[in-house]
Amino acid sequence: MKYILMMNTMKAGSEGFPSWPKKDIQAHIAFMKTLNTALRESGELVSAEGLSFPEQAKLVRAGKDGTPITDGVFPESKEFLAGYWIVEVDSPEQAYAIAARASAAPGLGGIPLNMPIEVRPIMAGPPDEFI
Amino acid sequence: MAPELLNAQSEHLLRELAPHVLGAVIRRFRDFAAAEDAVQEALLAAALQWPREAVPENPRAWLIQVASRRMADHLRSELARRRRETATAMATDQLTPALDVESESERDDTLILLFMCCHAALTSPSAIALTLRAVGGLTTAEIAHAFLVPEATMAQRISRAKQTIKASGAPFRLPTHHEQAQRLRSVLHVLYLIFNEGYTSSAGPELQRPELSGEAIQLTRAVHNLLPNDGEVAGLLALMLLTDARRVARTGPDGELIPLTKQDRFLWDRKQISEGIALLTATLSKGSIGAYQLQAAIAAVHDEAARAEDTDWPQILALYDLLKRMSDNPMVVLNHAIATAMVHGPSAGLELLNALDADGRLAGHHRLHAVRAHLLELAGDYEAAIAHYRTAAGRTTSIPERNYLMTQAARLSDENFRTADEPCLKG
Repeated sequence: MKYILMMNTMKAGSEGFPSWPKKDIQAHIAFMKTLNTALRESGELVSAEGLSFPEQAKLVRAGKDGTPITDGVFPESKEFLAGYWIVEVDSPEQAYAIAARASAAPGLGGIPLNMPIEVRPIMAGPPDEFI
Repeated sequence: MAPELLNAQSEHLLRELAPHVLGAVIRRFRDFAAAEDAVQEALLAAALQWPREAVPENPRAWLIQVASRRMADHLRSELARRRRETATAMATDQLTPALDVESESERDDTLILLFMCCHAALTSPSAIALTLRAVGGLTTAEIAHAFLVPEATMAQRISRAKQTIKASGAPFRLPTHHEQAQRLRSVLHVLYLIFNEGYTSSAGPELQRPELSGEAIQLTRAVHNLLPNDGEVAGLLALMLLTDARRVARTGPDGELIPLTKQDRFLWDRKQISEGIALLTATLSKGSIGAYQLQAAIAAVHDEAARAEDTDWPQILALYDLLKRMSDNPMVVLNHAIATAMVHGPSAGLELLNALDADGRLAGHHRLHAVRAHLLELAGDYEAAIAHYRTAAGRTTSIPERNYLMTQAARLSDENFRTADEPCLKG
């Protein structure tokens, strides 16, 4: 079963990740690298992507003639999707355990962030008898 | 059961033979797209069969024969399909072309293939993918892996690229002398892009993909062997060698980016540097200087400095002056500003950056912010430098680069503004 683990974090403003001291930023980056390596080596990781900061976010919808109409930027948003993991595990509990590991990533002063991570099952294809 | 793997020597042989085999099959069947598929199948067959049996006596002939059989099968089923659809009989001679492999000319088709794969009708990602597969002999899976996309996506990209070439009706021959210069420029550009993608990946968690830069060097070397008197081909090869020589020193133990000034220069590959400098010296003496040769010359000046502070910046500035006159690339203007700052001081460099704000092509680009931050730091304006490092971090799409820029901002902030009771910079 595949799950997506969505990391909604990194508040903008003066308490955000970019304004931490250098050693805290480095500890956080090192933690994430180690976690991803461990997940890759255990065979649980399907994919993981980090997203750009929200400065580059745009809302897009189609205009009358189908051309894109863009809206944004949203610097005032308090939280944003910073990245996600897709993991393949046997039980939801295993997905929750991975999410909890990621949630405890070190923050300012090395204190665990305990950030909220949204875990949702990924829909699968139809069962064999329908194919 | 795990299949036996091809040893490195045979793999190298396969990769080297790929363009020759493809050229021979296209000549015989005149269908680039189908021939390319057939050659991929032959390469796969070889990868499976050779480790079990043995490398055939004439591997090239073996591959041409297998690929030709696949081609004939393909044509036969294509013909059957058309018969069913239109009930028109076609001449069957087409299906049994002579298979006297030995008489196949030994001419080198690598150039013709490169010109074909770097066709002007293709987008850069398509041309890159097709070049790596048809000329580099990489499998679709390997190319997909290098560009971090699913294999199905890459297969589709390659197949559409082949359809585009088919639709363009490009004949399988060298371009006329008149066209050649222009077409060679696109080939060199594609090779340059492959190298760059390997040297500084535009996406993903890793800074470098050495397999891609290595492939680019190998392909450019092949072109240089075919066109040894072309200064820009030699210049591009020299540029790649002189840049790639620093690869190992560019990342730290955790994959973090290390800028040129902080690199451990003992890690630089001296052999590659000497080869690059020798190539460049030989080509510069022939006259007709191009942009790749100038960039190679700049890389050589950096490589020749034993320590960062020994860098001959006036010479680099002079080379950027020439390069700026030759091309209208805003990145050249940006690097010219850095060289100016190193020779005439940071404010002279910052002044040149203002022209880029007005230019528009780089306005808001993360590189412009990063360079401005660096020059502001040199000028001692730390607050503004921090702000620009952070803006640059917010705009790059490379994770290692973002980490680097954020660390730079944090370092400056730690050094100049942070106190024990105030963990964060206000504002």
